[in-house]
Amino acid sequence: MARNGEQTQNTGFKLVNLWTDERYRGLIFQFALVLALFIFIAFIVSNTIQNLKTAGLASGYSFIFDTASFDINQRLIEYSSTSTYGRAIIVGGLNTIVVAVLGIFASTIIGFFAGILRLSNNFLISRLVTVYVEFIRNVPVLLQIIFWWVILLALPKVRQSLSIGDSIFLNNRGVRLPSPIFEDGSLFVLAAFVLGIVLSLFIRRWSLKRQEVTGQTLPIGIISIALIAVLPVLVYIIAGQPIEFQAPLRGKFNLRGGLNITPEFVALWLALSTYTAAFISEIVRSGILSVSSGQKEAARALGLKQNITMRKIVLPQALRVIIPPLTSQYLNLTKNSSLAVAIGYQDIVSIGDTVLNQSGQALEMISIFMAFYLTLSLAMSAFMNWYNEKIKLVER
Amino acid sequence: MNTTDINYSKTGKSRPPPANTVGLIGWVRTNLFNGLLNTCLTFISCYLLWLIIPPLLDWAIFNADFTGNVGRECTTDGACWAWLDQRIEQFLYGFYPAGSYWRVNLAILLLFPALAYVLFENLPFSNYGRWYSLAYPFLAAFLLVGGFGLEGITTDKFGGFMLNLVAGLSGIIFSLPIGILLALGRRSKLPAVRLLSVTFIEFIRGVPLITLLFVAIIILQLFLPPNVSVDQLVRVMIMITLFASAYMAEVIRGGLQAIPNGQYEAAQAMGLGYWQSMRLIILPQALKISIPGIVNTFIGLFKDTTLVIIIGLFDILGQARVLQTNPDWMGKVDHETYLLAAIFFFVICFSISRYSINLEKRLDTNRD
Repeated sequence: MARNGEQTQNTGFKLVNLWTDERYRGLIFQFALVLALFIFIAFIVSNTIQNLKTAGLASGYSFIFDTASFDINQRLIEYSSTSTYGRAIIVGGLNTIVVAVLGIFASTIIGFFAGILRLSNNFLISRLVTVYVEFIRNVPVLLQIIFWWVILLALPKVRQSLSIGDSIFLNNRGVRLPSPIFEDGSLFVLAAFVLGIVLSLFIRRWSLKRQEVTGQTLPIGIISIALIAVLPVLVYIIAGQPIEFQAPLRGKFNLRGGLNITPEFVALWLALSTYTAAFISEIVRSGILSVSSGQKEAARALGLKQNITMRKIVLPQALRVIIPPLTSQYLNLTKNSSLAVAIGYQDIVSIGDTVLNQSGQALEMISIFMAFYLTLSLAMSAFMNWYNEKIKLVER
Repeated sequence: MNTTDINYSKTGKSRPPPANTVGLIGWVRTNLFNGLLNTCLTFISCYLLWLIIPPLLDWAIFNADFTGNVGRECTTDGACWAWLDQRIEQFLYGFYPAGSYWRVNLAILLLFPALAYVLFENLPFSNYGRWYSLAYPFLAAFLLVGGFGLEGITTDKFGGFMLNLVAGLSGIIFSLPIGILLALGRRSKLPAVRLLSVTFIEFIRGVPLITLLFVAIIILQLFLPPNVSVDQLVRVMIMITLFASAYMAEVIRGGLQAIPNGQYEAAQAMGLGYWQSMRLIILPQALKISIPGIVNTFIGLFKDTTLVIIIGLFDILGQARVLQTNPDWMGKVDHETYLLAAIFFFVICFSISRYSINLEKRLDTNRD
């Protein structure tokens, strides 16, 4: 090594320096790597072109304008079997997003409760939650999805539907809920709801400012609930009950009306939320444990009640530890929703698989899957990074 | 120190604590009924247990059928376990020839010393042991596939729980070296290397495993020259390995970042080059810290191997479906087979995770 130094000092560039000088070696190595990669890609591309030619397959994305002649039973946008493949794929993508968003919502709630309950000093409840977390965490999520599905399919047939208050029906074709019917004036109710949210946000900010100045607090929780829940109800009554809920009717062979939720959706949603919740509860637990006990003791010394200590002292500090791993759990849930294909919930993979089999455009279809999930992942991590930045400890 | 020390009575002995703070009653009071909320929670959980446990036990054990040759002989309304007797081997080994089960068992048995030589330092014959660990994957492949004197068995005979084990273990073993290289690449000073590593890692981590498995069965064949074909299981294993190596790289990167800069600088000051300092100084420490993460990756990967059922391989879930659609057992064993598969996974994953916690404590050299 020392001799190398002398050489480079005394003389100019020598051919041996290409190998002994770290800078040149790095350049050569990178050059070789990039070259190898290009050769590898060229090899794959030429093979693919040749293989496609011998198989007589067309390539390109023009197939998405062809007619998809299959049906989709859960759709958020207009779709029929005469629509195009492209539209079918969009319907599938929306279905993925629906189950992911609802799953994230449910798993966060269950996960936070389970994480806090596991730290409870109630022996029985903490053990119960431990059993739940450990069992769910160590069993494949695919198995859980299929298991819920099998259980839902074993529900009674449509004619013997279980009913809750004659408005919600459970049977082996899914869950049937009353469907809302919007009449004139329902816009007012929606406006009242939005107004309630906006007002409660304003009052929250104002009361925080007032607290900083005077030290007095307002019961923000109760006020917000009153604004968000009671205000729309009042408007609803004043406007003459413009939204009606039409309960499904028991026909001779079938249920009529109402909103049907397929067993596939329910199974997927239940399995994904409980599975991810088990992981989230572990994250929440370790986040809470990471807050030093001095914080809790200080809060109690100031005379704060236990639930206020949890809400105002422990959880905000724990959140800083919780958010990054929570993000990756949300991403996992979204990616795991692709397992829907195993039970036939029509998400993007499941519909894409059908498109792939009908059109034979494997390369294009799989690239669409990948682009879809990559976009979702990047968008979600960007959002969570922004949120993490926002709640970060502001240091002076 | 102790506040009870001042609580002397006249005889000079401390008074016993109040009866309701010690023993069973004290325990129940402090753990179950301290406060209104906790009392409510206790009653709710008791009710939940009462709701779940007795019917479950009735179904799974007390009302269950354990004997019989076909599903019709399960007449009670409990579980039907009669299939265990004749079908458990298919559940474990798939369509592997019954006379060769010993080869699978031996391969699993030989795994333990191979793992031990990787994980622990003070074992006898550890010089040869390291070589044995390196040779293990080839030894296991030889045992399972055959050749060189052993009867050859094609990979489409692999199935059941053994397929999950093979896919998971091979994924983790082969992904370790790739993951190390990717982690080093991501922290490299060379921009091209760094860019390639980051792209690969983030791409793989951004897409679900199922899309990669689709690539394995549908597309990988397109990438190869027309007259070359690769075994289906091998293609699946390649994609699983690539998938695992991206996650492995992130775990190992965490370990590398935890090594203080002083270690890197000290290695440089000793005159060690990049590879020497990595091999002798940095990686041994970084890998040791990463062991819990590696084990977690393995557990995740092992559970994910069930996805192969979607692309038509008959792993343990596949065998469960085979049994459920068998005319002899149809409609009788839907829940039982899945429950058994769940128990298999739970037992293995749970014990590995417990062992990893134990290992973490033992490997913790940071005694202060």
